[in-house]
Amino acid sequence: MKIKKDSISVVKPEMIVLEVVTVILFILFMIPFGMVVINSAKSSREIIFNAIALPNNWGQLWVNISSIFNNPTVDYGGAFVDSTVITILSLIVISIFSSMCAWVLVRNKTVWSTVLFLAFVSAMVIPFQVLMYPLIRWMRVSGSFLNIRLLGTYTGIVFAYLGFGSPLSIFIFHGFIKNIPLEIEESATIDGCSRARTFFNIVFPLLQPIIVTVLILNGIWIWNDYLLPVLMLGSSGRVQTIPIAVTAFAGAYLKQWDLILTSTLIAMLPVIVLYVFAQRYIIKGMVEGSIK
Amino acid sequence: MKQSRTTNILFVAPCVFAFIMIIIIPFFFGLYYSMTDWTGIGTKVNFVGLRNFKTLLDSPSFYYSFLITVGFTAINILLVNIVSFCLSLIVTSKLKRRNFYRAGFFVPYLIGGIVLGYIWQFLLNNILVDLGNALSIKFLQTSFLSLPSTVIWTMSVVNTWQYAGYIMLIFVAAIQSIPSSLMEAANVDGANYVTRVFKILIPMMANAFTISLFLTLTTSFKQFDMNFTLTNGGPATRFMGEPVKASQLLAMDIFSTATANRMAEAQAKAVVLFVALLIVALLQVTANKKKEVEM
Repeated sequence: MKIKKDSISVVKPEMIVLEVVTVILFILFMIPFGMVVINSAKSSREIIFNAIALPNNWGQLWVNISSIFNNPTVDYGGAFVDSTVITILSLIVISIFSSMCAWVLVRNKTVWSTVLFLAFVSAMVIPFQVLMYPLIRWMRVSGSFLNIRLLGTYTGIVFAYLGFGSPLSIFIFHGFIKNIPLEIEESATIDGCSRARTFFNIVFPLLQPIIVTVLILNGIWIWNDYLLPVLMLGSSGRVQTIPIAVTAFAGAYLKQWDLILTSTLIAMLPVIVLYVFAQRYIIKGMVEGSIK
Repeated sequence: MKQSRTTNILFVAPCVFAFIMIIIIPFFFGLYYSMTDWTGIGTKVNFVGLRNFKTLLDSPSFYYSFLITVGFTAINILLVNIVSFCLSLIVTSKLKRRNFYRAGFFVPYLIGGIVLGYIWQFLLNNILVDLGNALSIKFLQTSFLSLPSTVIWTMSVVNTWQYAGYIMLIFVAAIQSIPSSLMEAANVDGANYVTRVFKILIPMMANAFTISLFLTLTTSFKQFDMNFTLTNGGPATRFMGEPVKASQLLAMDIFSTATANRMAEAQAKAVVLFVALLIVALLQVTANKKKEVEM
């Protein structure tokens, strides 16, 4: 009897304490974003005099944004377009080619398919730092040999993202395709479907949930990636990405926080907006990607 | 059969081609270049054996980078796991807005290391210092990024802010897979909350802790972006009688060595990083094997 009474009287204050602690933690986690937003609406002078206060005039936010997009040294709008194009093209190429490859590796039980699969998986251990400088040199050599410009172009960087992104993506697709019953494909083959059509008409549509995972894992990485683009595209090349543009601002306008912070705000915004709408998929995708 | 074989080859060809061109060939070139006098200028490259690795053995700045990377990784493992575990308990509790909190704690992970490095540089160098001046709190008045003694800890805090929400999601998935009847039964038996967490929850989540351990280990060891924009290696300090950069982690050390056109030396450092990560990966495989046996 006594225990029951205790548990009733104890639960309530506990929940209140938990709620308060959580709210404090949540605010601590969000402060960096809040500081970016309020200081993006200040002039450089205002930030130096009072970085913590709310801005005097929120209209300054639009002034800062337009000075970012109209900046003479950094083509921020161009970087925005390039980042979007590179991310989308890479995602399309990675998800189609990796799923095709994984399907063949699962459905063909040969020594070759095992060797290939193991090669893809073990390559994930190799850190980017070992590959980056030889890669650039190799891209220059093989590009001039094949007569394709691989450095400083969309083609080159999308191809590089296919190379770096496919091992993990093949691994994830591989695990998913293993659990698709073979009977579905067999009946299609009996009906006269070619192997290629069986894949594109029957198997590919079934992959939809795992494609979302692959898109999210690769999308977050590619959008925010810095080293590969800066090495392949150069820090002042014709094609730029947003992280390169943000570092260009920070380098060109040392400690001019109004410009730097506004540029980070614009860099974050698309990802956060996407997250608000696709939160459920993103969280599910991240969990599935990590557990595998 | 003939046709399906052609299809098979065509289907694997794009990924295999990209894989060979982007990973395999540069990898073997990378191993080779670490044993040459490659400078990045000119085309002639001569084989020099293990000379670059010998240079590393006499280089205090490389020792220093390696040591602080190990330290940074150790602090991260501790901080990230504790914070993420607490967050996962919060967002699986009976709080009304738990899904909202869960979504919020994950947001920092979406912001890339480059961008968040600048944001935190501003917070630590401007906001905190201003706050210290306004409230006359002495220890806040000098930025935590400007002292060699605090800079690694500060980077770990920023790293925790970035990754805690992600690891939290892994823990949440683990907690949700534990049958709720187990916790209820313990509750009925009179076990209090703390006992239930330590005696049931944590042992049942062993798998998730292993995943988080290796994720934190590998990401911390390879950390570059945040290091680059938050501190750029600074401030200066001394180690074994030589000037070194207090917060220059391994990946950044590789980058700045290469920027100084000492490409072969950078490549040798990268090979050391690779070997360290290879050991970690082998440990992980053994840990997983052991677990399978136990199950």
